[in-house]
Amino acid sequence: MNPGVRAWLDRAWRGLLLGTMTLFVVNVALMIAAVATSSFARRWLGTWFPEGWTTNWYTAAWKEFQLDSVLWVTVEVVFAVVLLALVIGVPAAYTLARRNFLGKRALMLLFLLPLMVPPITYGIPLATVLYKAQLAGTIYGVILANLIPAAPFVILVMTPFIEQIDPNLESAARVFGANTARMFWHVLVPLLAPGILAASLLVLVRTIALFELTFLTAGPDSQTLVVALYYAVFAAGVRAPQSVDAMAMIYMIVTLVWLLIALRFVNPTQLVSRVKEQPLTA
Amino acid sequence: MTQAHALARAPFDRTLLLVVPAAAFMLLLFIYPFLYGLGLSFEPKEGGALGNYSHFFTTDNLWPTIWTTLRLALPATLINVGLALPIAYKMRIKTRYQRWITTILVVPITLGTVLIAEGALTYFGPKGWLSQTLQLSHIYDGPIRLTHNYWGVLISLVISGFPFAFLLILSYITGIDPVLARAAATLGADPAAQFRHIYLPLLAPGLAMCFCLAFVQAFSVFPSAVLLGSPAGPTRVISIAAYEAAFEQYDYSLASAIAMIMGFVQLLIVAAVLGLRNLFYRGPVVGGKG
Repeated sequence: MNPGVRAWLDRAWRGLLLGTMTLFVVNVALMIAAVATSSFARRWLGTWFPEGWTTNWYTAAWKEFQLDSVLWVTVEVVFAVVLLALVIGVPAAYTLARRNFLGKRALMLLFLLPLMVPPITYGIPLATVLYKAQLAGTIYGVILANLIPAAPFVILVMTPFIEQIDPNLESAARVFGANTARMFWHVLVPLLAPGILAASLLVLVRTIALFELTFLTAGPDSQTLVVALYYAVFAAGVRAPQSVDAMAMIYMIVTLVWLLIALRFVNPTQLVSRVKEQPLTA
Repeated sequence: MTQAHALARAPFDRTLLLVVPAAAFMLLLFIYPFLYGLGLSFEPKEGGALGNYSHFFTTDNLWPTIWTTLRLALPATLINVGLALPIAYKMRIKTRYQRWITTILVVPITLGTVLIAEGALTYFGPKGWLSQTLQLSHIYDGPIRLTHNYWGVLISLVISGFPFAFLLILSYITGIDPVLARAAATLGADPAAQFRHIYLPLLAPGLAMCFCLAFVQAFSVFPSAVLLGSPAGPTRVISIAAYEAAFEQYDYSLASAIAMIMGFVQLLIVAAVLGLRNLFYRGPVVGGKG
């Protein structure tokens, strides 16, 4: 190929990529901006900008959707899910990282499956079982349902982290007479802190945004923010769109704050590739 | 055999107990409900054991949902993976902007399907900024209908799915040792040939995995199909049918059957993609991150 033509093709390809990326980012940004504008609008019907500005919709949304109790439920659910997922997941990840045993591959598959099956597929049978156990509609049911993708996620993130830690450190602790619990607490947990932080922040962000499972298992008193938002949009005909938009903004700010905190501690590209490489070859 | 020998010689390894809570939890809350649902799907309200399944495949507003869902999920997944691959390939080189661009492209993950649906209703709607701009600049003068139809749902699937696919592919690409591409370059391979002969074969397993995970997300589309599509018509996806059966008709047996069909279709696609991947596979290459 002629070098001039190749350089031109190269530039055209780069321009096309940049254009696509810009188109995507600009449209998403404008979409968010549209919701933000609407949430501060006094009246906004088919014009470029609203006729006046107000913050009343936020107070209206707060009262109308009982956001104080919804936010409190969200906080309770999310922190319970993160804590329980860590308590269940980290020890399991430790065993998977350090030991080889019969049925390890089957166990890996068991932890991978919930991430490969659509939530609705197992959510509906799960909701049926939870209704039978009289747990559906309560906050405990919501926490249990959200743990199903959360716990395997912690295991998949933590296993490669633990594999990186030198086993000699554990042996040294053993030589000095530490039992398993002390070794865990004084040697492993401090070394694992970055990984635990990363995993818990990612579980947190995912749990806030996870709609299907909460939607299937929640009752009126155990809705999280995302489900309350769905119902608000679903019944939007009755209400002013601005108050729904105000609620959407509150939702976005809540998740965005946590994502930005997470991105400070986690380089997203490294995390996912470690998840992929190690468990499949281990 | 060796396991039995090891057990005979060494005392029981108590570390193995640490995995028990997680395994028990998954068995109790994932496997058991799944099997329970499978059993329930064979006990229909009326008819024989296969009553639900024959009902599904003979009812006009049920069986086409498979096709409707695939018609949304497959293009959305192809767009997401197809867009993410070249962009991530471009981003593989570490520059000052890499982290910034990555962050900006990843942020939409947090938006969540419900917020995207609400935002798209405002922005892509007939009175939204997009159609006002297009009409003002006379790029397109006809009425613009991007909400409450197929396109609205497809747009929301791309917005919510692209960042995820991008993140995943980027991490796979950065995991490939750049020395391999440089070696190819010394032998005279131009960038296109490097991509075609070095990166693509090595990426094949990662791409297959990414396609499957992106497809799971798109295939289970629910909130945006209700809010942004037309749930009675062209975007009546299979999860809507399952939800209606469970929570509007209170027919858990039929709902479980639909959920099982959904899982089965999902499994077929995953198997097809992984099978396709094996056609590409050319043996292991060591090239992880240092």
